[in-house]
Amino acid sequence: MADAAESFKDRRPWVLLAPALTAVTFLLLIPILFVVVYSFWLRTSIGDEQVGFYLDNWQKVLGDAFYRDILFQTLRIAAVSTFLCIVMGYVPAYFLAYANTRHKVLLILLLMLPFWISYIIRTMSWIHVLGASGIVNTLLQWFGIVGEPLQMLYNETSVVLGLVHFLLPFMVLNIYVSLEGIDRNLTDAAKSLGCTGWQAFREVTLPLSLPGLGAGTILCFVLAAGTYITPMVLGGPGDAMFANLVFEAIITQLNWPLGSALSLVLLVLLGALVMIYTRYLGIDQIAKSFR
Amino acid sequence: MRFNPAWFSISAFTALVYGFMFIPVIIVIMLAFNANQFGAFPMTGFTFQWFVELWNNDAIMRAFRISLALGALTAVISTTLGILAALAMVRYDFPGKRLVSTALVAPILIPEVVLAVALLLFLRWLGLPKSFMLLLAGHVIFTLPFVVLVVQARLVGIRREYEEAALSLGANAVQTFFSVTLPLMLPAVLAGMLFAFTISFDDITGTLFWKPGGVETVPTQIFAMLRNSISPEINALAAVMVVVTVVLPLAGVAFARRMAARMRGH
Repeated sequence: MADAAESFKDRRPWVLLAPALTAVTFLLLIPILFVVVYSFWLRTSIGDEQVGFYLDNWQKVLGDAFYRDILFQTLRIAAVSTFLCIVMGYVPAYFLAYANTRHKVLLILLLMLPFWISYIIRTMSWIHVLGASGIVNTLLQWFGIVGEPLQMLYNETSVVLGLVHFLLPFMVLNIYVSLEGIDRNLTDAAKSLGCTGWQAFREVTLPLSLPGLGAGTILCFVLAAGTYITPMVLGGPGDAMFANLVFEAIITQLNWPLGSALSLVLLVLLGALVMIYTRYLGIDQIAKSFR
Repeated sequence: MRFNPAWFSISAFTALVYGFMFIPVIIVIMLAFNANQFGAFPMTGFTFQWFVELWNNDAIMRAFRISLALGALTAVISTTLGILAALAMVRYDFPGKRLVSTALVAPILIPEVVLAVALLLFLRWLGLPKSFMLLLAGHVIFTLPFVVLVVQARLVGIRREYEEAALSLGANAVQTFFSVTLPLMLPAVLAGMLFAFTISFDDITGTLFWKPGGVETVPTQIFAMLRNSISPEINALAAVMVVVTVVLPLAGVAFARRMAARMRGH
């Protein structure tokens, strides 16, 4: 590199970074600080905010059984969805990593497709599957198995199904990336030393794929626990999740201080998980999923 | 090859999972061509009627134009910011690099709902009403990390010697960027823009918080229509959306691949 350029060398990366970092600072970091400040304000009866340092919102959010129940419900829905993603996701990831078919590239591309298909459309598609005039009820009635359509929509199960449908590609991709990186000689070595195929999988392949599985698990859980659209479209009145409370408080009730406190609960809870994710599994796991 | 029951079960299970992923979407597209006026089963005949009604539905067409404009602007701004940042991250070592890298991806580490609330609150504190600019700012900040990650991944593959050759032959830094680096980066630029566009076009979580009254994007329009009942127009709109968000990126990826391959050939 030319000598003249050398003197600028330490400043240049910051010039390149300036626009992006400015955006992150003003559109994210400072606004988050405002959420913290607002959460200690109070909403007055006329709808204005009382500036000050009040713990009322925090007492409500952390102490009220209503909020606690919905928090646990949110964690339960997210956990069940994530578990189903693991169960349904590992086998296809294994298939993609080890299949000898020439259609492999096509199959992986197909797996990526749902990322591109609109989330709201994938969510609403379940109305056509489970709804009163959905395909399942239509077929059941056509075969004469049931007389009246079954009520399968607008409950926790349909919310979980919608979430699994949305999250599964993230899980499969994370596990697949991990499996692809395993040295094939290791399983061969295990087998030549007397392992059965199943033992080789359990002792070698499975442990080595745990980073991908862990990354997928945290990613799916965080995305599931932060959603409010799926419960709104596929859930019943009793299936609200924590993010629905945030939406209610901010958009419907215009109670900004309460909404702020609720957001922070979500941020701290899921933020802690994301920290684990970035700390132990590496941020590049996310990058790998999107490559 | 000998029949392997274990592998057969794995293949069968995989096929079932693929079915689970695609059958619901295929049903939506099927119903978009169904003559049944309730937008649901049973199938009563084949028609293009709902696409025609879609075309004549002012609210949907307006939402479509807003989504396209928003997506395009988001793609341009986000990719510009993202490429500059990615260049700094790939080409330079500097103190605090890890922190910067975390800050750049922070928007996807934070739950989108919280990001939405934070930005809205800041706007309120500034005394500004909700506007298209807020939507744009929100979409830019939300897509930025994806662009940075994608472009960074591609930039690593560009050999630095080309730039050094240009510099040693007397080109200045700006000339080198526009005549050597940028053409080599073009696939990464296109990939980043496509990515940002698709994410913006599809976003609903943040958009529902940020959109001003009366302004709808395609996803929020679908969401609003879903609250009444499923109409056949929604199915048609969904079918169009699948084409826009799937066929377009696939064509883009194919194009980027071919360009990358051709450049490697030189």
